[in-house]
Amino acid sequence: MANLKQIKKETLEQNPSLLNPVYKMHEKEVRVVLRNCDVIDPEDINQYIARDGYFALEKALALPPVEVIELMKESGLRGRGGGGFPTGKKWEFAYNNVSDTKYIICNADEGDPGAFMDRSVLEQDPHSVIEGMIIAGYSIGAHTGYVYVRAEYPLAAKRLQLAIDNAVELGILGECVLDTDYSLNIEIRLGAGAFVCGEETALIASIEGERGMSRIKPPYPAAKGLFGKPTIINNVETLSNVPQIIFNGPKWFKSFGTKDSPGTKVFALAGKVKYNGLIEVPMGITLGEIIHDIGKGVGKKRQFKAVLTGGPSGGCLTEKHLNESVDFDNLVRLGSMMGSGGMIVLDDHDCMVDIAKFYLDFSVDESCGKCTPCREGTIQMFKLLEKISDGTGTVEDIEKLRDLSVSVKESSLCGLGMTAPNPVLSTLEHFYDEYLEHVNDKRCKSSSCKGLINEYFITDKCTGCTICARRCPVQCISGSLKEQHTIDPSICIRCGECFASCNFDAIITK
Amino acid sequence: MKEHISKQDLHLFEENILTKYRKNDSPLMQVLQESQNLYGCVPIEVQEVIGKHFRISPAKINGVVSFYSMFTLEPNGKNTVGVCLGTACYVKGGERLLDRVSERLEINLGETTKDGMFTLAPTRCVGACSSAPVIMVNDNIHGKVTSDDIPNIIEQYNK
Ligand SMILES: Cc1cc2nc3c(=O)[nH]c(=O)nc-3n(C[C@H](O)[C@H](O)[C@H](O)COP(=O)(O)O)c2cc1C
Ligand code: FES
Repeated sequence: MANLKQIKKETLEQNPSLLNPVYKMHEKEVRVVLRNCDVIDPEDINQYIARDGYFALEKALALPPVEVIELMKESGLRGRGGGGFPTGKKWEFAYNNVSDTKYIICNADEGDPGAFMDRSVLEQDPHSVIEGMIIAGYSIGAHTGYVYVRAEYPLAAKRLQLAIDNAVELGILGECVLDTDYSLNIEIRLGAGAFVCGEETALIASIEGERGMSRIKPPYPAAKGLFGKPTIINNVETLSNVPQIIFNGPKWFKSFGTKDSPGTKVFALAGKVKYNGLIEVPMGITLGEIIHDIGKGVGKKRQFKAVLTGGPSGGCLTEKHLNESVDFDNLVRLGSMMGSGGMIVLDDHDCMVDIAKFYLDFSVDESCGKCTPCREGTIQMFKLLEKISDGTGTVEDIEKLRDLSVSVKESSLCGLGMTAPNPVLSTLEHFYDEYLEHVNDKRCKSSSCKGLINEYFITDKCTGCTICARRCPVQCISGSLKEQHTIDPSICIRCGECFASCNFDAIITK
Repeated sequence: MKEHISKQDLHLFEENILTKYRKNDSPLMQVLQESQNLYGCVPIEVQEVIGKHFRISPAKINGVVSFYSMFTLEPNGKNTVGVCLGTACYVKGGERLLDRVSERLEINLGETTKDGMFTLAPTRCVGACSSAPVIMVNDNIHGKVTSDDIPNIIEQYNK
């Protein structure tokens, strides 16, 4: 059997740099889940062990399963996949459901377009997820585990497979884990490009070889999951927290974050911020700290407008929320949600109607089609948004949109439909004026809605840098270097290429 | 450019691949993925072989194939180009890039060029959002793309 202490000692002797303090992007970061990212070689299991990897597993296997579950409950860890359900409680349900066969599934489907937390953890620290899965499996009595990885992440799947193989070689996974009588086999299953498969019942259907359609809950997977057996499904980030909690104790874990949302959260900061990338912060940090201190704001030329959280299921937060605490319950209170951790920052060039339309388009595409409110409702909502954004909408359309949103939210079968209207409702709440402008003044202030743009026009702010003329796909911009350029409206196809390319805000729309 | 898969090939597919999954509780997704990787698609004749082998009805197999966007009935072109339209890329102008790529290749989203070199595939977030906007060609990610870069990116694969 693998002697973890021995491996740790030898590996540290060869790679003393593994003892370096955890890298942080910014002083406000706290790295628990990302502690090994960019530090260890993810393809070397010994380096993971050298940083105390699999010691938590050793500790857990020495305890009876109920005590491990108790530790998890005490830690207050809540699922990082979006819902925020207490992890310890979920495990307890599955533990209490007596069955000869149980399953543990890791949800690595990461469907939110614009988020990449789980991908980074899988690619850079796959063993932490595996260790979390073994601890979870031991707690509930599962002997088979699946990791459902989205097909767009080939490298993540490859590294994970290597990690599984290496763990099996060392006797950490497979028959008789670390010489105990507990056994667990883990297999990878690839998705095939369906967002709804991130929803747990749809994910189960997909593993079973069915169309990925969700079903009514209850029964919850903890009672009746994969092949009808008790199953727990946890997100990648949730599982990767588990070894840290067992290793350092629930008290340590609760020293980060807020009372009801303990620990840290990884966010994928993207969009119009200077620093784009992954950050891990304690829950309860303010939105402003994330965007302005860590993300360094939107830059001098632009104005911060909103930040989208929770992806197609979430909503937007604005200037007035910058001092609000970022935790599960508060974000829901503000009409958005934590989601899996995508944060897209928008500036004054982004139109909120257009963003709502973008998310709706996504939901229309990804609806599994099983229930009518979601299948048909989202299409009608999309059509209304199309009308509003191309200038044929009316105030009544806005009200219709609002009513329909509420109906779809209340009557859909699964989380996809129940949350698909959120971006619309949230933008309606915070940017109602912008909707009104679209229907009353037929104007899109941020120059996004193509249907409301009659003409692009170059003002005297133009420095004659020629970049717009070079980008124009139909060559309708003329002018000499260092002189004001002009656009020939009879040739212009209103593609917006020039508007986006101008560094001097010299191009406006009419 | 539909490739014909011979009886011989189908037989080998069954012998070498399908038998690997015999002990599996739910082999369907995995064998469909095998076909997609091997032939670039899951044509009807392969679906039939799978159905016979595992005793799954053709209707069910077809239902699964049509549900998931990664499974196709016809093979993609030699190169698959995906202009990312995830949220991060969208707000950074992904849609404009898609228009430029589509103009250049003279095809719409989901189509394949006449010479079979390129397929323009719908793409939503490849997990490289911090380099938005992103164009993915096959397994390669091109980040922070402007419309100026498009001709170069395409030419790189046009051989
Ligand atoms: C439409 C939809 C998509 C979802 N996508 C994901 C996803 O990509 N990744 C994920 O971990 N959870 C996703 N979830 C949540 C899962 O259903 C489930 O709650 C979660 O995996 C449970 O893990 P946790 O308790 O560790 O968060 C999604 C839910 C819905 C309704
Ligand atoms: S949104 Fe394009 S890579 Fe994520």
